[in-house]
Amino acid sequence: MDALVAQLQMQYRNYTVSLYQQGFLDDQFTELKKLQDDASPDFVAEVLSLFFEDCVKLIGNMARALDQTGTVDFSQVGASVHQLKGSSSSVGAKRVKGLCITFKEYCEANNYEGCVRCLQQVDIEFKALQTKLQDMFNLEKQIIQAGGKVPQVDIN
Amino acid sequence: MAVGEVMRMDIPAGGDLSVTSPELHVLAVDDSIVDRKVIERLLRISACKVTTVESGAMALQYLGLDGDKGASGLKDLKVNLIVTDYSMPGLTGYDLLKKIKESSVFREIPVVIMSSENILPRIEQCLREGAEDFLLKPVKLADVKRIKELIMRNEAEDCKTLSHSNKRKLAEDIDDTASSSSSSSSSSSLEDSSVKDFRSSKRMKSELSSPL
Repeated sequence: MDALVAQLQMQYRNYTVSLYQQGFLDDQFTELKKLQDDASPDFVAEVLSLFFEDCVKLIGNMARALDQTGTVDFSQVGASVHQLKGSSSSVGAKRVKGLCITFKEYCEANNYEGCVRCLQQVDIEFKALQTKLQDMFNLEKQIIQAGGKVPQVDIN
Repeated sequence: MAVGEVMRMDIPAGGDLSVTSPELHVLAVDDSIVDRKVIERLLRISACKVTTVESGAMALQYLGLDGDKGASGLKDLKVNLIVTDYSMPGLTGYDLLKKIKESSVFREIPVVIMSSENILPRIEQCLREGAEDFLLKPVKLADVKRIKELIMRNEAEDCKTLSHSNKRKLAEDIDDTASSSSSSSSSSSLEDSSVKDFRSSKRMKSELSSPL
């Protein structure tokens, strides 16, 4: 059982480090992990769940705002992008946040094609992160089920 | 809020005095559900009681400043710190700050503004209006710890200054009474006036520090 735990823990460490290295996560995610303890063991998962719900809502708003036949209200799109930028920043969703910065610039430039491209990318990106994190949380569960503890992963 | 209040400890029924620091009650205002969840956790982990609301209007309602009933029942609220996002629909964090500083009841409550944008004129504007501090988002544990220490230190200094000014005044009174024979009743009325003097000088101090 110890060998299994050790193997799972190594897998978990490598996977987590790769998420940071590939730019999915930044140190704000590390900050969130600091706030998790035995009393609140699911804090990070809960926050990320709220974040993904927020993504669905805001991307829906952006899509609707960009779908106006006639004049598009870019400030309306921009407002939703600003909110998404804020929440992605708060959870350490680095790629989503980066896309929002670009997206915001396209809104300010009233660039329709740029906005539509960003909208598609942001949708792809948040879903990719959701999948990655689900895999990470599953590894955590497996470690615990195998009787081990989820290791603290040192990114640096 | 009386100066000594925040330093009063809530001693649990068992009389266990291992709780050394009193709990601050923080009102956190943010329109983002994600940020509300994070700031609430940051504050709870820093041993604060937290109430979160999603708008400036709701914050005013919570404080009883929304004009409906006036500031009634406020003695039970005891909010020690308000932390608010700057960019919110409707009342911005700045608008909320102004309303709080305009209130004779709540102006002493420290207000900290949070923003994802590092805009210097915005920061200066908030500090001029009386904000205690400005936090750049995303907010980290170190930021919350710093703010909490700042608030606790300010409260402790207020208590110390009060007791020092009382001691000084008392010492002067004693010297006066020693040199001239006056009754003890006059020195107790002098004690009361020194407390009043402290409160007005504290208000003056915050008024002076506001316009930068």
